Amino acid sequence: MNTLFKHRLAWPLVTLLLLLALNAGFNSSFLHLEWRDGHLYGSLVDILNRAAPLMLVSLGMTLVIATRGIDISVGAVVAISAAIAAWMIGGSLVIVDGVATHASRFPMWAALAGALGVALACGLWNGVLVARVGMQPIIATLILMVAGRGIAQLITGGQIITIYYGPYFFLGSGYLLGLPFSLFIAAAVFVLLWWVTTRTALGLFIQAVGVNPSAARVAGVRARRITVWVYAFCGLCAGAAGLIVSSNVKSADGNNAGQLMELDAILAVTLGGTALTGGRFSLAGSVIGALIIQTLTYAIYSLGVPPEVNLVVKAGVVFAVMLLQSPEFRQSLRALVQRPAAGARP
Amino acid sequence: MSAQASSLKHESAAAAPARRLRLDPKFIPLAATISLFLLMAVIGSVAYTGFFSAQVFLNLLIDNAFLCIVAVGMSFVILSGGIDLSVGSVIALTTMVSASLVEKHGWSPAAVIPLVLLMGVGFGALQGVLIQRFRLQPFIVTLAGMFLARGLCYLISIDSISITNAFYTEVSQLRLPLWEGAELSVSAIIAVAVVAVAVFVAHYTQFGRTVYAIGGNEHSAVLMGLPVRSTLVGVYTVSGFCSALAGVVFTFYMLSGYGLHAVGLELDAIAAVVIGGTLLTGGVGYVLGTLFGVLMLGIIQTLIMFDGSLSSWWTRIVIGGLLFLFCLLQRIFESGRKR
Repeated sequence: MNTLFKHRLAWPLVTLLLLLALNAGFNSSFLHLEWRDGHLYGSLVDILNRAAPLMLVSLGMTLVIATRGIDISVGAVVAISAAIAAWMIGGSLVIVDGVATHASRFPMWAALAGALGVALACGLWNGVLVARVGMQPIIATLILMVAGRGIAQLITGGQIITIYYGPYFFLGSGYLLGLPFSLFIAAAVFVLLWWVTTRTALGLFIQAVGVNPSAARVAGVRARRITVWVYAFCGLCAGAAGLIVSSNVKSADGNNAGQLMELDAILAVTLGGTALTGGRFSLAGSVIGALIIQTLTYAIYSLGVPPEVNLVVKAGVVFAVMLLQSPEFRQSLRALVQRPAAGARP
Repeated sequence: MSAQASSLKHESAAAAPARRLRLDPKFIPLAATISLFLLMAVIGSVAYTGFFSAQVFLNLLIDNAFLCIVAVGMSFVILSGGIDLSVGSVIALTTMVSASLVEKHGWSPAAVIPLVLLMGVGFGALQGVLIQRFRLQPFIVTLAGMFLARGLCYLISIDSISITNAFYTEVSQLRLPLWEGAELSVSAIIAVAVVAVAVFVAHYTQFGRTVYAIGGNEHSAVLMGLPVRSTLVGVYTVSGFCSALAGVVFTFYMLSGYGLHAVGLELDAIAAVVIGGTLLTGGVGYVLGTLFGVLMLGIIQTLIMFDGSLSSWWTRIVIGGLLFLFCLLQRIFESGRKR
């Protein structure tokens, strides 16, 4: 039992289970799942579906944070990618042979590739600024965070673009094998990352860069190249999240899409046990962190509390997690309990 | 001893008329900002009729008074090597508390304004203590502070509360005539006073010098026996106070309290500080530069407004581009100094 609790995923999992139990306690039908219209239906499926974009962004953010960086531009990249996809698809009702069908401005594959390509380019831009130019990560990504929303609004012309194109909606609200399709995207990215970071040396390299970039470079790790591509991948993840979000709400809003997403993603990564100081990271932890945030949001909605109170709760969670991660706080806590100092960990 | 002698020699060499024109590299970012501002003013005056008037330039200060006050507080935080993301939401909380107490509970503004200022000081000090005492990252602590302050706004009310109190409406309309019909608002005067006090504090007090020392190298500052702990807490307290003061000014400006006021203002404030020539790594920069950073953001908005054909989102893109330029300039400056 003790070893079980020492596992680094133990506390995030316990938090998630407690939140689920809280939800189930207030709402008896919370855990109820049923098969309806050819797919699973229930609150749990709903949470999974809504958490998918956050999971994607958190996975990208985990790698960035592991290299001792941070990417606060993901929310803006979500907005840019959603705007490009919405603009390229657009969609209009045309009548072909007397049947009303939806037609897109460009083929859907081109729209997806375009949106993801631009998101990748945004990530590369961040990566180059951090690794080649040598700016602090928070400042380098701040530039895109400020300008990104302007660019997204430039693409949408300051309007909310509504999408009328059936096949595109499958991304965000379609079902495969009875489960939301967006979940499969997130799962695919997770499995890919998990395989790459545990079955190849890349995971080790990323950790090495985070622990000590110059030592990693001396040891022969191509620290700069890895950093650039980690940011690029984070941009790509944000782009995919943007596609799911715009497909789910069937529109793109340059001003509000992905608003505060960067903060939620950072929170998810921290909740999952990855320290902001870089080094060791946990992909599964970040996925659990994203689920915790979504479950918390769901709980607040279902309790009938105004959703804005969510912010206060999140602030409380961040403060608690931060303090628990701080060695100084643990020390003073230990001093309060008055255990002998010899027993304290260094 | 020899170092002193050589520095003396260096000074006398610098004072020689042949080298008088050579600019000290530490002034380059500030000089770049001021010349870019003047360039934009000239472009605007040439391109648009009615641009070159005293009132247009005073309006830069009137419309950005709250940003100026916040950015001054932010300058101290960034000079010490930290960052404060909570400023925008503290402004929102200040407007909300003021509006709610004045309008719904009938408090007198004379009691409300000191109370909200005190609240800002407390909020900033709390963040400072968390950052200093528990060695937490300023970024995360102030991020949580941002969530907390916005959330508290919504706990008071989800809707906007408009202010009809006579004192607030009078102050907001009060204009002080300067010359030839040009006027300045109370808020702008407060902003100028804050900049003046901040310049004094930054360059002529122990607190200011300690802030620069911490930003240069915190460890060395500790070894020098400087009061690093109290100064670090003090820096965030100053920022909290400035945010609350900006919130009061913002209340005069908007005449309402709303949880969505000043969203993203922290980014504008950081941008103003960086464009004003302060290094984000801390230790280098001038509070006066921040004033020019704020004026620069203001003049970009004014230019886009005068042009009329450009949409408002171009403001954000141009600010992003300027941020990029200045960060690049800082990097070049830093690598030049290392060599």
